[in-house]
Amino acid sequence: MPQNYRLRVNGQARDVTVEGDTPLLYILRNDLELSGAKFGCGLAQCGACTVIVGGAAVRSCRTEVGSIGNREIATLEGIGTDEKPHPLQKAFIEEQAMQCGYCINGMIMSAKALLDRTPKPTEVQVKEALAGNLCRCGSHNRIVRAILRASTEART
Amino acid sequence: MNTEITRRDFGVALGGLVIAFSMAPRPAAAAEAGGRLPAMLAANKRLDSWLHVDPVGTMTVHTGRVELGQGNTTALAQIVAEELDLPMIRIRMIPVDTSVSPNEGVTAGSNSIEAGGAALRAAAAEARAILMQHASERLGVPAGELILDDGLIFTRDGSKRTSFWEMAADNPLAKEASGAVAPKPAKDHKIVGQPVQRIDIPDKVMGRPVFIQDMRLPGMVHGRVVRPSNYNAELVRLDDAAVRKMPGVISVVRDGRFVGVVAEREEQAIAARAALAKAAVWRTREPLPDAANVHEFLKSRPDVDTKTVNEKGAAGTAVAKTVEATYRKPYLAHASIGPSCGAAGFVDDNLTVWSHTQGPYPLRGDIAKAAGLPIEKVRVIHTQGSGCYGHNGADDAAFDAALLSLNAGGRIVKLQWMRDDEFGWEPFGSAMTMAARAGLSADGSIVDWQYDLWSCTYNMRPGARDGVNLLASWHLAKPFEHATAQELGLPAGGGDRNAVPVYDFPNQRIVDHFIPDMPLRVSALRTLGGFGNVFALESFMDEVAIAAGADPVAFRLKHLKDERARAVLEAVAGKAGWKPGAKSDGGRGRGVAFTRYETTKSYVALIADVAVDRASGMVRVERVTAAVDAGQAINPDGLKNQIEGGIIQGASWTLKEQVAFDKERITSRDWVGYPILTFPEVPSVDVTVIDRPELPSLGAGEASQGPIAAAIANAIHHALGVRVRDLPFTPDRVKTAIAQG
Repeated sequence: MPQNYRLRVNGQARDVTVEGDTPLLYILRNDLELSGAKFGCGLAQCGACTVIVGGAAVRSCRTEVGSIGNREIATLEGIGTDEKPHPLQKAFIEEQAMQCGYCINGMIMSAKALLDRTPKPTEVQVKEALAGNLCRCGSHNRIVRAILRASTEART
Repeated sequence: MNTEITRRDFGVALGGLVIAFSMAPRPAAAAEAGGRLPAMLAANKRLDSWLHVDPVGTMTVHTGRVELGQGNTTALAQIVAEELDLPMIRIRMIPVDTSVSPNEGVTAGSNSIEAGGAALRAAAAEARAILMQHASERLGVPAGELILDDGLIFTRDGSKRTSFWEMAADNPLAKEASGAVAPKPAKDHKIVGQPVQRIDIPDKVMGRPVFIQDMRLPGMVHGRVVRPSNYNAELVRLDDAAVRKMPGVISVVRDGRFVGVVAEREEQAIAARAALAKAAVWRTREPLPDAANVHEFLKSRPDVDTKTVNEKGAAGTAVAKTVEATYRKPYLAHASIGPSCGAAGFVDDNLTVWSHTQGPYPLRGDIAKAAGLPIEKVRVIHTQGSGCYGHNGADDAAFDAALLSLNAGGRIVKLQWMRDDEFGWEPFGSAMTMAARAGLSADGSIVDWQYDLWSCTYNMRPGARDGVNLLASWHLAKPFEHATAQELGLPAGGGDRNAVPVYDFPNQRIVDHFIPDMPLRVSALRTLGGFGNVFALESFMDEVAIAAGADPVAFRLKHLKDERARAVLEAVAGKAGWKPGAKSDGGRGRGVAFTRYETTKSYVALIADVAVDRASGMVRVERVTAAVDAGQAINPDGLKNQIEGGIIQGASWTLKEQVAFDKERITSRDWVGYPILTFPEVPSVDVTVIDRPELPSLGAGEASQGPIAAAIANAIHHALGVRVRDLPFTPDRVKTAIAQG
């Protein structure tokens, strides 16, 4: 039976009525119209659907809405604005760190979780943190450069 | 029928790109074209089918090229901005829409800039001249006395003025291109040649809806498909009664062995798909060949069509030494991160299809055929998808969505393939065998070159002369046949792409053994046969160089007259600090490789540095140095991005990738079964661009993919003294090669 869930998404309370085992990904994309997180595999293998729940990067394709409780959800849309982009968003533009951009949500959100706990990571730490995020276009080196660039900027 | 959707809804849904005018394109027959017009402009002569002046102060550009993630939209916008002296911000690039855009066929073959850019440049140059002439007539001032600045046109003293935007209502571009206006010389370029930032990236980093997967239209519902258990399986039974009662299910569609479901919510469609898959009983009809011997199986097909595609000199030249080797390439997957997606529904009584296809017009034709609709009742609108590296599932997903919509009262159905649909059903790049034999003269020069290749087709796209190349059409109760498999023909080639060496050999013979049979579904994958052929050719050049006791770089230069080819090799050797005769420490090695893509496009030379762990056989590519000459680089950073990406994707193909299958089905159905290179495994890449602004741009998007495989193979040989000739170079293969010495 569908139930009511009050989710805390990007600092706002959002109410949805869905089955408890509904993956968070579809709620974000279809009910809340937040397109950042992408469906890539539905198997928690590629990272395209990454969002941050309670401070940790999670695969929203395998996160059931009923398991979230009161934890804060942050999505790509919520971390910056056009006027005040997150340092990662700015750095990804400056480094032109993508080709198609389908995986980029996962790259930025996984990197954000990394920088939130390790503000000045080494290149090796960045690569290890993204080891489970797949990119097919071969933009890896630009992505790593963008994350290192963002890590050197003052946090806003 | 869904008629409440307005044009505005589409525009909003697709990132604000509204189709704002209704002028129908009138493609002129190519035969009428003047000799000076670029081919694509000759085929679509009306200037207003390419460029439209908007009164609000923007120049709308209709290109027939689609954005595949390669950044061509930005480069094409730069070309238009340059010729019209407009800032980039005034250029509005409209995704291809068969109701308004010029027909440029398929965006493929690294042709967007070389062919599509040439057409837009000529159109924009002529548009500028027409607009200036129009202003001159309006103001009564000779065109030569007018100044153009950011679309404003005025006399020196400012007493008379107008603008592109003010003249929009006069429709000055409603004429055919004449080809009479020369584009700007390269020395005057201010925007072309600059590393302008990609126009699509800000939306992507902010998470705005950009991709077809992000489309949300009023009343839209969600579809999923259930594919047969293997390519030819027959549907014996499908008890769908329980599925029809599942929450949100709107309809279950069964037509022959095509099975799909439409539901209100996406996760409901996914759950219904899983239930339908369990309920379906299939009978396998034709098993797949033995994966371990698939290359021999393909070579032994009875209908193999053998042709000498290139020959020069005389056979039987006296040689002092003969070298021979055979190389193999497995079936490879496109493996886009985002599975294929399509949306379709009836809008204004037309079947409207949104697709990330490479060829909106060819797709439109095949959908019309398969759906039994007149072609003018089908409209295809390109919407970006996940990175595209050739003919993936995009066209098939579009037709899947159309079929489901036709069975759901014309409602707009959006459908994304699941991960296992993508890996199991996309058309793969064909497995190939390449056999080379070279004769060396007493002084160590190649005097005879014999090369044979075996490959299935690399082109089963929609838009073929016969048949319908859409997956679901083959599964209907009244099935369509796929097109006849054909080889494409040099110089671009298909399986034989890049089979003809760029080197100057006095005697050579290139034989293409084309395999019409397709036990696994195949079509275009980045480079087509170029990856296998350049891997073989450039591995073999190293083998022959070693047999001749020569340095691999010097040996290549000795056989190359083309100055631009020599220049990229010399540049990369200089940048990487190549030292002839440098010894390996037994674990590290470096290898070089060169190609000219399609033998007529970009020149690329690479040097790969690898480290091999002898105990495990694990190969790590640490660094790749590259030099590229693509003629005039429209956007040098975009060019570098393509070369870097091709190197990394090519390294992934080389080290890790092969489609796995058993007797029944494709078994590599997820990222565990089909692993690709990950961040910790990616080499650093350093690209040098040899810019030649005075020369035409050359296609570059696929150019680095072939040489990376050979550079890695050559580096492994340098490190270990053993040769690996079967892709991919998995640890087991490398260990076996070491053991065999």
